[in-house]
Amino acid sequence: MLLGGRGGGSMAVVRREIRIARDPARVWQLIGDPAALSGWFPGIVAAQVDGTSRVITTASGLRLPEQILTNDPDRRIFRYRLTAALVRDHLGTIEVREAGDGMTLVSYETRCEPEAVALMIGGACGSALHELRRQLES
Amino acid sequence: MGRKILFVTTDQQRYDTLRCNGGVLARTPVADSLAAAGIRYTRAVPQSVVCMPSRSTILTGQHPTTHGVWMNGVPLPVDAPSVAALLQRSGYRTALVGKAHFEPYLDPFGRFTENSLARLGVETVIQPWADGSTGPHRGFEHLEFATHGTAAPLHYTLWLWQHNPDAIGMYYPVLDPSFNVNDAGGGATGAPQVHDNPIPRGQYHTDWVADRTISWLNSLAADDDWFCWMSFPDPHHPWDPPASELSRVGWRDVPLPLGYPAGRAEREAILDAKPRHWRMWYDGTLVSNYEAPKHWVPATMTDDQVREVNARNAVEVELIDEAVGRVLAAVAARGWDRDTDVIFTTDHGELQGDFGLLFKGPYHVDALMRLPLIWRPAPSAGIGPEVVDTPVGLVDLAPTFCAIAGLRPADWMQGRALPASDSDAAARGFGRVLTEWDSDLFGVDVHLRTITAGGWVCTAYRPGTVHDGTEGELYDLTSDPLQRVNRWDDPASAAVRSDLLAELWDAQPPPRAERLELQAPV
Repeated sequence: MLLGGRGGGSMAVVRREIRIARDPARVWQLIGDPAALSGWFPGIVAAQVDGTSRVITTASGLRLPEQILTNDPDRRIFRYRLTAALVRDHLGTIEVREAGDGMTLVSYETRCEPEAVALMIGGACGSALHELRRQLES
Repeated sequence: MGRKILFVTTDQQRYDTLRCNGGVLARTPVADSLAAAGIRYTRAVPQSVVCMPSRSTILTGQHPTTHGVWMNGVPLPVDAPSVAALLQRSGYRTALVGKAHFEPYLDPFGRFTENSLARLGVETVIQPWADGSTGPHRGFEHLEFATHGTAAPLHYTLWLWQHNPDAIGMYYPVLDPSFNVNDAGGGATGAPQVHDNPIPRGQYHTDWVADRTISWLNSLAADDDWFCWMSFPDPHHPWDPPASELSRVGWRDVPLPLGYPAGRAEREAILDAKPRHWRMWYDGTLVSNYEAPKHWVPATMTDDQVREVNARNAVEVELIDEAVGRVLAAVAARGWDRDTDVIFTTDHGELQGDFGLLFKGPYHVDALMRLPLIWRPAPSAGIGPEVVDTPVGLVDLAPTFCAIAGLRPADWMQGRALPASDSDAAARGFGRVLTEWDSDLFGVDVHLRTITAGGWVCTAYRPGTVHDGTEGELYDLTSDPLQRVNRWDDPASAAVRSDLLAELWDAQPPPRAERLELQAPV
């Protein structure tokens, strides 16, 4: 799903979802560990966590600071804000939900301005979900 | 020893920019002489009018619906079928030098191979192939990349950093600070994506692509067979050729293109007879795709801006022609000339003023769909010269490469080896070509399906943001070569429309099993 201003506003929302044949608790083990990101997000080679601050390093060599806003194991929601100059505004939200029959639904939403960057980040998040499923189901 | 293949592509080049195709601005003696000695196709049609889907068609020999790259920003899977892989496995040495663009450029995470090779400092990497084996990336054992300007972390950018770092900033910034296609104007007229570039000619990316191609060719053994895809980023915007070359084509002397109705009322009446996204883009009320500047309004374009864009485009075309000439001389110097096939084409066209528009988008008319295509068979093969008027597609290139190499085309290829003449085309059942457009970006989706056949172009619209699925375009290429009269609702053309639509829907290629995700704007 890709929503955004039709030629107008430059905030966009990119939402990707995936179903994983593992129970939510197992999926949350990875999502809820902010330092584990580089293990399942293609293109992120390091994630340094210090309290609610995280700095990710991308394969292209960029170091991008983030602020962790929510890491709630009960509701299985992880929210963070990218604070790099690449974006004017950003909110990333990952939610892990039981989908029945032993399946888990993981959604990864990117709200971002400018909208072109929303698509760059949101596209990467989509491929990260595929990698997450590959790892968990293998 | 077999036939070698020099495959030359440009980016976003119109059919009528070559002298041999009736062009009047650029001098293209090299392309003209290839055409005179070989086969010149007068109706070569892409399967998509934007880069990534079209280039993926060239490599896979499949329509976009099948290879899955349905719009720019959708990466071609690394294990997609590749004609280069077939050639490499059969013993050909393989290289791609210049613009690839099977993967998105806007890649801050550095996820894509095309954006990482220069940093890694390797010629290629081993990847999975479509047949379950592994081999060099997409079948190319040597890869050196360039694109428009220096924003992407590719080999050309790295080379320029090492040789003239000041030149990095001489190019036009293709994107604005919001990562949209830049609408900033330059030159004498303020036309968008026009810029005076002080870079020395010898360091411009066109010459770099030729230099690197020659370097690779010179690294080969005399008895190697080879397939070299030399892929120039020009004459795609930005129109910022080296300033030293601008005097080749004075913009004030450029006649307005035939496709540009200079009168505003006439221009707008023509647009109003087409599906509504045409006029909406012209007026700046709808941005349907990423490939044109988001904030530029075509209705504001002046006659002089059209002249200056065409002049700069012509300069870039001339530089490409000279670069190809240098590479052909290098091929001859190796003693390979008689055994080398040369194919020259592009991925799609450019509006370049037609209908008062620039750039590209969901507009299936000759500006974007009629491409230069020349096949100069190896002289030792004794084929040609010919002019082929039968419609052919870029989807036919992969099987053509196979035919040149003496290989059977793969089962997954959907085209056929290019015909050597119209009679050959008739005997082998050529006659129709399909083109498609799908885009879904920031709340606007557009979907077109087009057939070119029998002297007509027929486009059906599927439902989208501003279309209800009943719209269409129908042009008689013989009586209306500029596609000014949309005959979709003309009762006199109803039978033609009905027949073409039946053929269009009947011929649709099979879709890829799983839809690929859009991962970046471009």
